[in-house]
Amino acid sequence: MTHYRRIKQIALLVAIVLALVGSQFSGRINSYYLQVILFIGINITLAVSLNLINGYTGQFSLGHAGFMAIGAYTAAYLSTQHSAGFFQALGGVSNLSTALLFVWVLLAGGIAAAVAGFIVGVPSLRLKGDYLAIVTLGFGEIIRVLIQNTDAVGGPRGYSGIANYTTLFWTYAIAALTIYVVVSMIDSTYGRGFLTVRDDEIAAEAIGINTTRYKVTAFVLGAFFAGVAGGLYAHTTTYINPSGFDFQLSIQIVVMVILGGMGSTIGVTFAAILLTLLLEYLRFVAAYEWLPDFIRRVAANRMIIFSLVLIALMLLRPQGLFGTVGRRAGGGRMGGTPKLPKPAPGPTPN
Amino acid sequence: MNTTLFFQQLINGLSLGAFYALIALGYTMVYGVLRFINFAHGDVFMIGGFCGYYLTPRLLPHFTGSLTPLGPVVVLLVTMMICALLGIIIEKLAYRPLRGKPKLTVLITAIGVSLFLEYGGQFVFGPDPKSFPELVPDRAIEGTGALTVTTAQLTAFSIAIVLLVALTLIVKRSRLGMAMRALSNNPTAAALMGVNLDTIISFTFGLGSALAGAAGILYALSYPSIDPLMGILPGIKAFVAAVLGGIGNLPGAAVGGLILGIVETFVGGSEFSTYRDAIAFSILIIILLFRPAGLFGKTQAEKV
Amino acid sequence: MADLLLDLEHCTMQFGGLTAVSDLDLDMGPTDLVGLIGPNGAGKTTIFNVITGVYKPTSGTITFAGRRIAGAKPNVIAGRGIARTFQNIRLFGSLSVFDNVRAAFNLRMKHRLAHALMRIPAFYREEKEVAEQAIELLDVFNLGRFADVQCGSMSYGDQRRLEIVRALATKPKLLLLDEPAAGMNPREKEELMELIRFVKEKFQIAVLLVEHDMRVVMGICQRVVVLDYGVKIAEGTPAEVQANPKVIEAYLGGEVKKAS
Repeated sequence: MTHYRRIKQIALLVAIVLALVGSQFSGRINSYYLQVILFIGINITLAVSLNLINGYTGQFSLGHAGFMAIGAYTAAYLSTQHSAGFFQALGGVSNLSTALLFVWVLLAGGIAAAVAGFIVGVPSLRLKGDYLAIVTLGFGEIIRVLIQNTDAVGGPRGYSGIANYTTLFWTYAIAALTIYVVVSMIDSTYGRGFLTVRDDEIAAEAIGINTTRYKVTAFVLGAFFAGVAGGLYAHTTTYINPSGFDFQLSIQIVVMVILGGMGSTIGVTFAAILLTLLLEYLRFVAAYEWLPDFIRRVAANRMIIFSLVLIALMLLRPQGLFGTVGRRAGGGRMGGTPKLPKPAPGPTPN
Repeated sequence: MNTTLFFQQLINGLSLGAFYALIALGYTMVYGVLRFINFAHGDVFMIGGFCGYYLTPRLLPHFTGSLTPLGPVVVLLVTMMICALLGIIIEKLAYRPLRGKPKLTVLITAIGVSLFLEYGGQFVFGPDPKSFPELVPDRAIEGTGALTVTTAQLTAFSIAIVLLVALTLIVKRSRLGMAMRALSNNPTAAALMGVNLDTIISFTFGLGSALAGAAGILYALSYPSIDPLMGILPGIKAFVAAVLGGIGNLPGAAVGGLILGIVETFVGGSEFSTYRDAIAFSILIIILLFRPAGLFGKTQAEKV
Repeated sequence: MADLLLDLEHCTMQFGGLTAVSDLDLDMGPTDLVGLIGPNGAGKTTIFNVITGVYKPTSGTITFAGRRIAGAKPNVIAGRGIARTFQNIRLFGSLSVFDNVRAAFNLRMKHRLAHALMRIPAFYREEKEVAEQAIELLDVFNLGRFADVQCGSMSYGDQRRLEIVRALATKPKLLLLDEPAAGMNPREKEELMELIRFVKEKFQIAVLLVEHDMRVVMGICQRVVVLDYGVKIAEGTPAEVQANPKVIEAYLGGEVKKAS
C-alpha cells in the first residue's frame, strides 16, 4: 500500500524524452494540428495547476485566467524587450541561448504569477465557498483591467510581435513536470495536508495543520504553473490581448477540472485533452456546410455547449469522470447557514 | 469639482444606483432564503431588456390617445411577469434538484445557467447590440437649472421607488412575505409552522427576477443599447452592492446599490475612469476582508 | 501547583452580549481524568473551543505546560500537545481510515514540500516510519483491519474511535473528548469507558471529558466539574458532585441519579 518507488520520477523522465522526440517530428505535422496539440499541452498544465487549488485544497478559485495573463505578459515583455542584452551575454542567438532565454522568461512569468497567487491567496483565506469564488473572480478581473491600463504592454490593443519559441518539447515537458510536481507532492504525508484542508479545516487545525500556509501554498504553486502556461501560450500565439484572459477562460479551465473530477490529476488531464479537442471539433462542425444551419450555429457558440455540459454535470455526476469528491465537498450545503469568516463571535450555545 | 458638477454626478449616480439596487434585492432575497448566490440573476436583467425590446413594438401601438401612458406600464408589467416566470423555471429545473447538495455544486450550476442565458441569448437574439425602442420619450426636463435630469432618469428612479415600496409592503405585510422572512430566519421552524418551502422559494425567485427584469427595462430607457452579455457586469456589481449592504438584508441591498452607483459615477468622471469596472471588485474584496457582514448585516459563525 | 498541566484562570468568553463562560478556574495535572458536565448550553464545548484556540477568551489566562496559550491559533496549540475530538464527528471524509491517522503525523514531520518533490532517501524513511506508526496505532485500537476503508462507511462507534486514534496520533499531553458517548448503546458505552481508561494508562496523558451520560462520567472520572450557564457551580469527586444540592437543582433532579 505504501511502497514508494521511483515510478513517478521515471515517468517524468520518460515523458520528457518522449516530448523531445516528438518535437523533432513536429515539423512534419500540419501546422493547424500542431497548434491544437500545443494548446492541449498548455491546457493540461492549466487544468492540473487549478486542480491543486480547487480540487485538492478545496479553494474554489474562479480567477485562474488572471494568473495565466500575468505569466503571459511578463514572459512576453521580457522576451521582446529585454532579450537583446541576454543574447549578447551568451554570444549571440543560437539554439542554446534561445532555449535559455525561454526558460528564463517562462520562469519569470511563473514567479510573477506566483506573487499574484500569494496576493490573491492571503485575503481569500478567510472566505469560503461562494464568497471565495466571487473574490477570486474579482481578482481575475482586476488583473485584466490593470493590464488593459498598462500601455507599456499595449493596453487594450494587445501585445504583438512575440517570438514563436514554444515547441512541442517545451509544452509537454512542462505539462509533465506540472503533473509530476502535483502528484508527488500530494502523495506524501505533507501533501495529504492539502486534502485535510479541503475536507474539514477545523479538524485539520485540530491536528496541527497550518491551514493558512497550505492554502497560500496551493495558490502560489497553482498560480506559478498557470503563469508558465501563460508564457507558453504567448509564445505560440505571438499576440495576446487582455480580453482573452477573461472570466470565460477561467470558466473553461474550471470546467476541465470539474469534468475530470476535482482531486484527480489523471481525470483532469483527460478532461483537458477531451475538452480542447471538443472545442476544436466544434469549430469544424460549424464549418460543415452540409449540416443544418441551426446545428452549425450552436456549434459556433461553444459557450452554450460548455454551459450545458456544466449544468448536466452538476445535476447528474458532480464528481466528474474520475473524481471522488463532489458528493462530499466541503463548504456547507445549500439551505444551511452561511459560512463567512471563521468563528466570528455570534451566539453559539454550549 | 464645482458644485454643479458634483450634484450632476450625484443625480447620475443615484440613477445608476437605482438599477443596481433593484438587481441587488433579488440577490439578497435568494441568499436570505437559500444561502446561495444566484449567479444567473444578472442575466435575468438582460432578459428583461430584451423582453422590452420585443414587446414594445407589439404592444405600444394598442395604447393610443388617452391610453398612451398605459402602454409602457403594460410593457413593464408583462416583462416583469415573464422574468418572474423565468426565475421560477430556472429554480425548479436547475436548483431544486440540488437542494442539500454541497454549495459548490449549486454555485457551479448557477454559473452554467448564467452562461446558458448569455450565450443562448447570443444565439437567439444575435450577438450584436440592438437599439432599444423609445418607450418613454427621453428629453432633458425643463426647469432644473444648471443640472440635467432626463425623463428617462426620472421615470426610472420613480418606478424604482414604487417597486421598492411595493416590495417592502409585500415582505412586511403579506403572508407570503412573512413566510419568506420566517424561512430566511429558520427553515426548520418555518417548515414546522406549515410554510411550504417549495412555494415560498419559488415565490422568492419570482419576486427577485421580476425586479431584475424591471431593472432591465428601466436601464434601457437611459442606455438604449442592449446585447446578450449586458447582464454580466451589472450582475456582479449588483452582487457587490448586496454584500456591501449586508447580504440577506433588504434595505441594505437598496442602500448598497445606491452607494455603488454613486461611487462608480464619480470614479467614472475622474481621471481613474478606465478603472471603473475594477472599483466594484475592489469594494467587494475590501468588504469581505474587513467587514464581511456588510453595512447592515450580522455575522454568523460556524458551529464547531 | 508547579506540575499543573493545564491551568485556566478567570477565563471568560463573551459573544457580543452573551456570556458563554464566566470567570472559570480549571486546572489539571498531567495524568488527571476530569469530567466536565452541565445542562445543555452550559458552555462546555465553548470551553473546549477556548482551550484549543478556536476562540480567543475575552479575558483570563490559559497556561499549558508552562506556557500561555490563550488566543493562540488552533494548529499551534495542537502542536503544543492538546488534541481533541468533536461533538459531531469530524473525520476527513475523502481519506481512508489509514490516511486520516497519517494526516495527524503531519505536525511532527521533518520532511515537507521540497522533500516530497525530490524524494530523497530520508523522505522515504520518514514516510515509512509514519506508515508503521499509524498502523500500529490503529491496531492497538482494533481498527487496523479497516485501514483502507473510506471512513464514512464505518459504524458510528468505529468512527468515534477513529477520531480518538487520530487525536492520539499527534502525541498529545492532553486529550479533550467532546461527548464521545453520544449516540452509543450501553454496550458501546462500556467499551468506550474501557477505552478511555486504557488510553490514559497506556499513553500517560491527561483527559478532559465533556459528557452527558452520567454513568460514563461517574464511572471513570477522578474529578468532575459542573457548569451551569457558564459558571462553575461545583467541583469534586463524582460522589461529592452527585450529592451536591446545587448540582441537583441545576439538572432539576433529572439525570443526577446513581447508576443503577
